[in-house]
Amino acid sequence: MSQQVRTIQGGQEYTGPGVVGPEYDNTTVTEKISNLVLRKDTELSWFAGVAIGAFGGLILLVSVTYLVLIGTGIWGLNVPVGWGFAIINFVWWIGIGHAGTLISAILHLMQQSWRNSINRFAEAMTIFAVMCAGMFPLLHVGRPWLAYWLMPLPNTMALWPQWRSPLVWDVFAVSTYFTVSLIFWYMGMIPDLGTLRDRATNPYLRQLFGLLSMGWRGATSHWARYEKAYLILAGLSTPLVLSVHSVVSFDFAVSLVPGWHTTVFPPYFVAGAVYAGFAMVLTCTIPVRKYYGLEGLITIRHLENMAKVTLATGYIVIYGYAMEAFISWYSASPYEGFMMWNRMWSGPYWWSYWMLLFCNAFSIQFLWFKKLRRSPIFLWFLSLIVGVGMWLERFVIVVTSLARDYLPSSWDVYSGTVWDWSLYIGTIGFFIMMMFLFIRFLPIIPMSEMKMILPRSKKAE
Amino acid sequence: MSHGNGSSAEPQLHGIMAEFEDEEAIISATQQAVDAGYKKMETYTPYPLEELMDILHLHKNKVALVILIGGIFGCIVGFFMQYYASVIHYPINVGGRPFNSWPAFVPVMFECTILFAALSAIVGMLTMNGLPRPHHPVFNVERFKYASQDRFFLCIESDDPKFEITETKQFLENLNPHEVSEVEE
Repeated sequence: MSQQVRTIQGGQEYTGPGVVGPEYDNTTVTEKISNLVLRKDTELSWFAGVAIGAFGGLILLVSVTYLVLIGTGIWGLNVPVGWGFAIINFVWWIGIGHAGTLISAILHLMQQSWRNSINRFAEAMTIFAVMCAGMFPLLHVGRPWLAYWLMPLPNTMALWPQWRSPLVWDVFAVSTYFTVSLIFWYMGMIPDLGTLRDRATNPYLRQLFGLLSMGWRGATSHWARYEKAYLILAGLSTPLVLSVHSVVSFDFAVSLVPGWHTTVFPPYFVAGAVYAGFAMVLTCTIPVRKYYGLEGLITIRHLENMAKVTLATGYIVIYGYAMEAFISWYSASPYEGFMMWNRMWSGPYWWSYWMLLFCNAFSIQFLWFKKLRRSPIFLWFLSLIVGVGMWLERFVIVVTSLARDYLPSSWDVYSGTVWDWSLYIGTIGFFIMMMFLFIRFLPIIPMSEMKMILPRSKKAE
Repeated sequence: MSHGNGSSAEPQLHGIMAEFEDEEAIISATQQAVDAGYKKMETYTPYPLEELMDILHLHKNKVALVILIGGIFGCIVGFFMQYYASVIHYPINVGGRPFNSWPAFVPVMFECTILFAALSAIVGMLTMNGLPRPHHPVFNVERFKYASQDRFFLCIESDDPKFEITETKQFLENLNPHEVSEVEE
């Protein structure tokens, strides 16, 4: 059959009115995406990418091993800065994950069909980012082998978690978030795994995909329940994603430290998370669409839409910065006022605040220009700047507030040690490795959902 | 696979299946099969088709109810887990706050609600669909592998009261399908 041999080369930028390029119909969408998984040859650059990621993963292993052997003293933490890189990185990674849920759940509820091209990819990003995030608090507890004490397990010492603490809420929020994201991701993939089962020629591969697809056969009565369940899952994930970063912000806001004790934190953290997450989706999708010739499926319009969301959420973040500064003045609290003055001018970290404003407030203004929003190369560099900016935001919040607390005699300057950095770089390597494995072994664009949004007349071809 | 009736008997049929090339064809074929009085049929498509659900009256299902029950159960579990730990099993007076300080329990209750609802969504959806079931008679049709790719299948099942092999086959042939085949049990 011609179906078996026809392949789509891709590589054409598509700027027309449709959601996907004109070369795609039911057959070619299936071929293009499933061939990315089922092809026999793997290009050398893929191995190189995995190797780079795995090298980072090795750095992670070494860092964790040394940490477990020696203890958290290898990090730069000391009184008064007890929350350093571990918390910064935790919040950063969790935030990155949030765009995946936003794309898959909220845009699904709003019937934004363009999200179908990028939701699988963004959901995978969410899961790997939450894995990276979860490592930090587990390691930060100091004795990770006792981390199960975070869960309410009956024990002979009658120890229970402190239910009134946001840190315990965080355990529940993040573990629920991970589980629900995994369910959402897997459920969305069941029909596609069925497609891979039907297209695989290798009998072992066919059995593997058959198992993973749970024997999905696309019966309409099944689709009816599937769609209902998927819609409700989207409805459940939406408040969940808002709650997760709100709870993360409670870790700060519920305390009494100047610079943390702020009511604007929950919405400001959620917006910052979506902002960083969309930037990360851009960072990941722009090279992948180029390399695998997916320009007809993840079009310029998708990139532009993501840039618009980045700009919009960026402005909420800017509002957050403005409110922090305004309230520190308006509250007339000398501690709040000092905190802001210290953060902006007089403290040892003044440069980080201005770099943060450069990355998150100044640089995104370029997104007002349509031409730049439609330039993949520009967007890619901008997304990196945003990623750095969001890391700096958490650095500013965590470190500058703690380094100058209420007691001047305990003031100190904090900086990350080589082990702080190696753990952070290690998680980035782990993330890269997982993304490369995902690209090769699972369908990166949901085939069944793409077929739903193809124009009707094209389907009949 | 034959079931019981001795090796000489005809293999039992699950039904008769017709393959269609596009969604307009399967929608009109299904409508005609319903109009002709067939009751037991199933359509197989690579993506959900709203019109088929309309024709086959598949919009009502119990998925939402199962998820609601799961969510309520999760909420109750979340509350009593905290209540038991801080009121019954090991009450500790922290700064004079009540043991049952329920407002502080709300975030964990909320997370448990979502967790149990999401788990009941996937488990409930799969169970009601009779999945996982890696082997099903429809997979015996050679070309059924295209049902997950770009083709649309209509299967009239043999337990339909109006089912009669030659007649049903003739009926499906008249619907302008790509191919009609018997689905062996």
